[in-house]
Amino acid sequence: MKFIQKFFENTKPYVQKGAKYQWLHSVHDGMFTLFFVQKNTSKSGSHIHDYTDLKRTMGIVVLALIPALLMGMYNTGYQHFAAIGELADSNFWEIFFYGFLRVMPFIMVSYIVGLGIEFVFAQMRGHEIQEGFLVSGILIPLIMPINTPLWMVAISTAFAVVFVKEVFGGTGMNIWNPALVARAFLFFAYPSQMSGDSVWVSLGGQKAVDGFSGATPMAQAAAGQPNVDVWNSFIGLIPGSIGETSTLAILIGAAILIMTGIGSWKIIFATFAGGAAMGLILNAFAGTNAYMALPFWEHFIIGGFAFGAVFMATDPVSGTQTERGKWIYGFLIGVLAIMIRVINPAYPEGMMLAILLMNTFAPLIDHYIVEGSIKKRLKRAKVNA
Amino acid sequence: MSKVINLKRGFNIRLKGEAEKILGTSTDTDKVALKPTDFPGLVPKLLVKAGQVVKAGEPIFFDKYNSEVFFTAPTSGEVLEINRGERRKVLEIIIKADGKNESVSFTKADPKNLTAEEIKGQLLKSGLWPFIKQRPYGSLAKPSQTPKHIFVSCFDSAPLAPDYEFVFSGQTALLQAGINALAKLTSGKVHLGIRPEQANGVFSGLKNVEINQFSGPHPAGNVGVQIHQISPVNKGEVVWTIAPQAIIYIGKLFETGKLDFSKIIVLSGSEIKSPKYFKTYHGAHLGNILKGATQKAGNERIISGNVLTGTKVSSDNYLGFFDSQITVIPEGDQYEFMGWADPGFNKFSPGSTFFGKLFPKKAYVLNANLHGGERAFVLSGQYEKYVPMDILPVYLLKAILANDIDKMEQLGIYEIIEEDLALCEYACTSKVKVQEIVRQGLDLMMKELG
Repeated sequence: MKFIQKFFENTKPYVQKGAKYQWLHSVHDGMFTLFFVQKNTSKSGSHIHDYTDLKRTMGIVVLALIPALLMGMYNTGYQHFAAIGELADSNFWEIFFYGFLRVMPFIMVSYIVGLGIEFVFAQMRGHEIQEGFLVSGILIPLIMPINTPLWMVAISTAFAVVFVKEVFGGTGMNIWNPALVARAFLFFAYPSQMSGDSVWVSLGGQKAVDGFSGATPMAQAAAGQPNVDVWNSFIGLIPGSIGETSTLAILIGAAILIMTGIGSWKIIFATFAGGAAMGLILNAFAGTNAYMALPFWEHFIIGGFAFGAVFMATDPVSGTQTERGKWIYGFLIGVLAIMIRVINPAYPEGMMLAILLMNTFAPLIDHYIVEGSIKKRLKRAKVNA
Repeated sequence: MSKVINLKRGFNIRLKGEAEKILGTSTDTDKVALKPTDFPGLVPKLLVKAGQVVKAGEPIFFDKYNSEVFFTAPTSGEVLEINRGERRKVLEIIIKADGKNESVSFTKADPKNLTAEEIKGQLLKSGLWPFIKQRPYGSLAKPSQTPKHIFVSCFDSAPLAPDYEFVFSGQTALLQAGINALAKLTSGKVHLGIRPEQANGVFSGLKNVEINQFSGPHPAGNVGVQIHQISPVNKGEVVWTIAPQAIIYIGKLFETGKLDFSKIIVLSGSEIKSPKYFKTYHGAHLGNILKGATQKAGNERIISGNVLTGTKVSSDNYLGFFDSQITVIPEGDQYEFMGWADPGFNKFSPGSTFFGKLFPKKAYVLNANLHGGERAFVLSGQYEKYVPMDILPVYLLKAILANDIDKMEQLGIYEIIEEDLALCEYACTSKVKVQEIVRQGLDLMMKELG
């Protein structure tokens, strides 16, 4: 490892301000800090600092996303072979490998485009490269339908990074979750390519068997014929966006986030509670509407509800910052997601819009919590006076 | 007897190098220094010149904006030199100790028979006044004011901090005399904060005070946390704080009419061969104390104070005015390969992202490395865990960064000083310089509102 350190140390003078390769400064710094935690020591305030930094934190989130990613790859293959009627003749590795080859380009495109823009902005501003995109870069592919053209992935990623993150000042400053905005951008910019039943299953140029529909459980439910295969939905063997289908894998990710304390269990819990509450309310008024009558817990295993609750709602930057606010924020996401899903026929998936909407309102929720704290302090002053 | 307040939030950093409860053989204190820089915002007016011979208690300088507040020599000797920094700012006044520790004579009286004004006068003249700090701002107490209460924390919960029961054992009478003097200065009470374990200790028998017990992790021993629990500082109110060591100085002054600035300090940290206690003077030169005490010369960080709030010094510097602790830890200025991805079986962390959490050890060596780059605030809910006060730390810090005085006031800036948020700085994922920001806010408040 010494030679890598030597390499970076020796090249450092060439990328300093005013040096020949100044424009590589951010890239050099980004790679150096990736390989080596720097030797900088405390200059003011506390002399000791915890080992946890943003790289570690974001690394843990990526780790938590890996089960969903792997299951997404497997499911991509599974849906493919099921659609062309060769599932019985294919072994596990064939299925997984097909999905792997289909999903990897998404990840590469998202990282290359996103990190490329980050590097440029970091260089322009003279900042260090920030780690936020490590997570966004994997979230974006996971919420795309498998048949999304790669150029669309690239455009939506670029849109999200530039207009949702960098214009606000980079990691930590954004109002909305960049990955979700990327998805919303596609949804509204290319509605014909991004909805319908043909985008969810990769046929890979082969012919589907007769009677194959490719409709997601959400689409079926929205059409008034909910037909949730509970077991397959939980494991993740249903059509859907790449990473969102396996509730099991998402739960493993949730366990990692909660145990490491990086994802807020309050938000996750409150989101599910909100979803359950809205599901039960809809049940009460269901009448003959089969979708409204869907048991509340079946909502959790179809569509992007679980994925959104665990990986999107918990984004600390775009969510509420106060502890009490997290309960309200999560609960309302759950309520809105199910409400949009069931009652609004134009949007089959409500989770994306529910989270973006609550991202918008998060500062408002926080404002009232902070005002509450201020009022308490004022009241105390008056009582004593 | 007294109520126990259980504080849940906070964190104990298990540092290696805790001192044994032994008083080391004292090395001679050859030099002492007074450092105006120990008092934020102080502008000193010098009263001595190099070469002048002084006794303990003889004025060395006074506060330009509070001309009654004198800072006096910690021991008798000769003024060796006056070190100045940029723009001739006075950094330290060094006195070569003659070893006799002779003191100027003051009135010897039972403080119970003196008026508040007489006590104030004696404290101001003797140089003991600067030991009293005020909240808000943690600045020098103003002699013209009468505080709501006076608070004394009788334990230090910071990492490797001195054990007050050991340091002050047998000094109950002096403490009582000091407290009797202080009690005259407030319209309220003198509040002592102790640990439940100290219920039969040095402080528990003191009279003329209100004793409160605090259990829980650091920062339970911070006087700011204790004030917040007992009688929080509202806008326009002033409370004073003082450390037990200074109460002893005050007690001695009234009992004997003499000043004796000798005190017991603790030398601790992983780089110290045998951490223990030492008797010395406040402002003592560190050279003799540290000579031969460290594991190996070189790459180490010497801190006057504790690892969270202390000042970085070298062995040629002097103990801080308020410090009773010297901590030596490794500097840690090395690269760590892929440190952020390390499973961390041996790493100690208040968070839960390292496996070390599952295999706790008794004590850890921590160094001064930042362990990461500085970032904007990203995570939420992190700071709250370390502040046992009804305060929203991140919102307060953001108000300070925005120079928004109204918001700072509303969010509780009067209740905190740097040390109260020091743990947040330690734990912060984004390596935000929390204490620097707090100081910036306090300075602004002092400048704008006085």
